[in-house]
Amino acid sequence: MSLTETLTALNQKELALADVVASLWKRIEEREPEIHAFIRLADPEALMRREEALSSQPLRGLPIAIKDNLTTVDLPTTCGSKSLSGFRPPFDATCVTRLKAAGAQVQGKTNLDEFAMGSSTEHSAFGSTRNPCDPDRVPGGSSGGSAAAVAAGEALAALGTDTGGSVRQPAALCGIVGLRPTYGRVSRWGLVAFASSLDTVGVLARTVRDAALVLSIIAGHDPKDATSLPLPPHDYTENLETKDLQDLKIGLPREYVPPGLSPAARGLVDRWCQALQELGAEVVEISLPLTEYALPAYYLVSSAEASANLARYDGVRYGLRVPGELMAEMMAATRTAGFGREVKRRIMLGTFALSAGYYDQYYGKAQRVRTLIAREFEAAFQEVDLILGPTSPTPAFRLGEKADPLSMYLSDVFTLPSALAGLPAISIPGGEVEGLPFGLQLIAPRLGEEKLLRAAYALEAALSA
Amino acid sequence: MDVIIGLEIHVQLATRTKLFCRCRADYFAAEPNTLTCPVCLGMPGALPVPNRKAVEYALRVAFALGSEVQPRSQFDRKNYFYPDLPKGYQITQRAVPLAVGGELVYLLDGEERRVRIRELHIEEDAGKLIHTPDGALVDMNRCGVPLVEIVTEPDLRAPREAREFLRALRTLLRHLGVSNADMEKGELRCDANLSLSQDGELGTKVEIKNLNSFRGVERALAKAAQAQAEPLSRGERVMQATYGWDETRGELLLQRQKEEAHDYRYFPEPDLVPLELSPEFLAQVKEGMPELPWARRDRFVSQYGLSARDAEVLLAEPTLADYFEQVAAGVGDGREAANWVLSEVLRYWREGPPVPAGELAELIRRVRAGRVSRTNAKQVLEEAAEGGRSLLELLESRALEQVSDEEELRRLAREAIAAHPQAAADFRAGKAQALGFLVGQVMRATRGRADAKKLSQILRELLTE
Ligand SMILES: [Zn+2]
Repeated sequence: MSLTETLTALNQKELALADVVASLWKRIEEREPEIHAFIRLADPEALMRREEALSSQPLRGLPIAIKDNLTTVDLPTTCGSKSLSGFRPPFDATCVTRLKAAGAQVQGKTNLDEFAMGSSTEHSAFGSTRNPCDPDRVPGGSSGGSAAAVAAGEALAALGTDTGGSVRQPAALCGIVGLRPTYGRVSRWGLVAFASSLDTVGVLARTVRDAALVLSIIAGHDPKDATSLPLPPHDYTENLETKDLQDLKIGLPREYVPPGLSPAARGLVDRWCQALQELGAEVVEISLPLTEYALPAYYLVSSAEASANLARYDGVRYGLRVPGELMAEMMAATRTAGFGREVKRRIMLGTFALSAGYYDQYYGKAQRVRTLIAREFEAAFQEVDLILGPTSPTPAFRLGEKADPLSMYLSDVFTLPSALAGLPAISIPGGEVEGLPFGLQLIAPRLGEEKLLRAAYALEAALSA
Repeated sequence: MDVIIGLEIHVQLATRTKLFCRCRADYFAAEPNTLTCPVCLGMPGALPVPNRKAVEYALRVAFALGSEVQPRSQFDRKNYFYPDLPKGYQITQRAVPLAVGGELVYLLDGEERRVRIRELHIEEDAGKLIHTPDGALVDMNRCGVPLVEIVTEPDLRAPREAREFLRALRTLLRHLGVSNADMEKGELRCDANLSLSQDGELGTKVEIKNLNSFRGVERALAKAAQAQAEPLSRGERVMQATYGWDETRGELLLQRQKEEAHDYRYFPEPDLVPLELSPEFLAQVKEGMPELPWARRDRFVSQYGLSARDAEVLLAEPTLADYFEQVAAGVGDGREAANWVLSEVLRYWREGPPVPAGELAELIRRVRAGRVSRTNAKQVLEEAAEGGRSLLELLESRALEQVSDEEELRRLAREAIAAHPQAAADFRAGKAQALGFLVGQVMRATRGRADAKKLSQILRELLTE
């Protein structure tokens, strides 16, 4: 059942909160030993007990899974890192506060690549998460725990974070919906920073409507985040249903259907175009020639920011501390023991990119490329309303399959450009390739969530019919 | 050989709260680690939000120095590891500072000197390490306290000039109401760099860090100049180096040499948007500017007829200048008020005035009206200042009101002549000093309250009748 259907059943008293919690925990018992979507779970009894207290609230006490890089006071927040093992934050992330204010409860904290750096959820200090569709395969990442929990039926919906594709790519690989809002739409207060200028809080859900519902709750201006946009709250479920998409022109970038894409995937892209046309939309081919530069630009900018954002895990105030004779030794030993390989790799890369003598050549150039990519999207959106393409070039790969970092990074080529431009985008199930889910991505201009969700909602219905 | 000195000055802004959080900023004498929150402790997920008041205060300094305010400045991260730096970076302004250019004119031996300002920017302070026999402790109260850094051009030519410039800057800051600028409390900190130039060729620069007294600035620079002059006169090279200053021993402490120079890997702070200053906001700050000390000095000369020197002394402390103006208003004579304040009140001045301005004005009025003798007035003022008692109450209780009533004086004079016929005869015989004896007798009888001038006149009349 979707979140929306569950709410309806609760409202009509067909179900009680205790029934919902019990059935979710039954799924957890069945699937979790294999999938390992959660790092920590709430106490189900405690969730059930709040039924009465929350029954008048919009979300009626329903549990929502929270990615473990979003701070929660009820449960530790580890970011999948040894450096924050058992760390109890003193405050809730704004998105969590808003969910709670709407009557939701924190179901548990989901697994992720350490500090959200990765595309497979293999880089967690607390073990890998597996894809519910095929446990030999990865769920994608970094919000792999959130995606797997929803796909396995262990959670009704989950919050994730999307820096370069970390909500959309796992949603695609697990066959669910993943929504990344416009940068600044949802507050980053309580999102443990990986790359501050790219990090967004997103939603993983079973349906587009569920994603729209959760977005309506978590979005809106927050004075605690200086980059939060001063926009009023909005109900994104309001205008989902339309007869057709006749008013929309959809662009399919040539670069999003590269020669390397499998014939099965190409076939799906054709099917999506056909479905859109049947809905009345016009589909045109466009070109985004800077797409190939997004990957290097993204890794330089995000790693540079990460190198500073992760400097605070020095053992002085909280988290892991490995003793040392001198202060500098304590800090070095703590960081050596606290971070995994991928995190260290990115800190090194970012530190290098910002170093005197290299700054302009690397970080500076990457920022200039980023500006050009944003302009390229702006120009494209003069012509079309939305941009269509696959979310990721391949379906879920096997655990350990992408051992070299670059081949792993390549699974984000279609999600990185829009992330660099701060645009809203969504991944919905687009069919199957090799018997595995394959995601369809729609990208909208800045603040174009309504249009994005309306098209995704119509396509979701058309493709599942 | 010419001494060339430039200064980098850190001024602690006297805002109520810190630069990026709402913690109280006045950490002086607070229990360690009591003025902290997730933001200034660099907790995971916490974000900075700029303090408008700090920007306003920094702008006041920029306007006062005639600096060019940049309508769009930017915050940057300065990266380095230290236990008192919770985020592992300091938020400062590097690439685009708040303001550039400007100058400060100060007086050296009564002559105007100019020091050009290179730039002025806002940044956050770090915490403090407290060294104990059992190891270092860290106090985060000072973390995030707003500072404005003022960088001068190398326009100072002697250690004494540096000291006088700093004094003038402190006076300015106090008049602007933006900082208490007390060097002993660390509210005004100075780094200095010095080089000796020979035959117009600039020598090697040495830096002296953390000078925290005016005397220290002068002594440390003198020491550094001396240390350079010796090898230079022998034709040897000077090594580029950074020193600390040991105030009690009066010694420079070598901290590091050039090869160990830091790479701070500055880059734009992604958690903050550029600081855009609207013309309206700038106009509003300009409007709220207090009178600048040099304008006030000119006004003191023209409005009250003070000498430039007296005006300068009164303006050293804005509270003293304010006090003077209150007294002047109460007396209705600026010169008279200045005489009293400078010659009598100033010696009892401890952090603030020894007696309220209104009471002093009343005392001066009574002296001018001939109701209290100048000698008695000074004596009461001293007692009030040192005993912490009310000046007016003392005046009443001592019955110090001067006897200046014509009839009363005449009566007293007759009594004195009758009691000392010999003295009267002596005066009449041409011994002028006998008059003084008779005046003294009346004074003794009235305990000094008789108006001496009037009394002599009356005695003279009576004796020559
Ligand atoms: Zn604070």
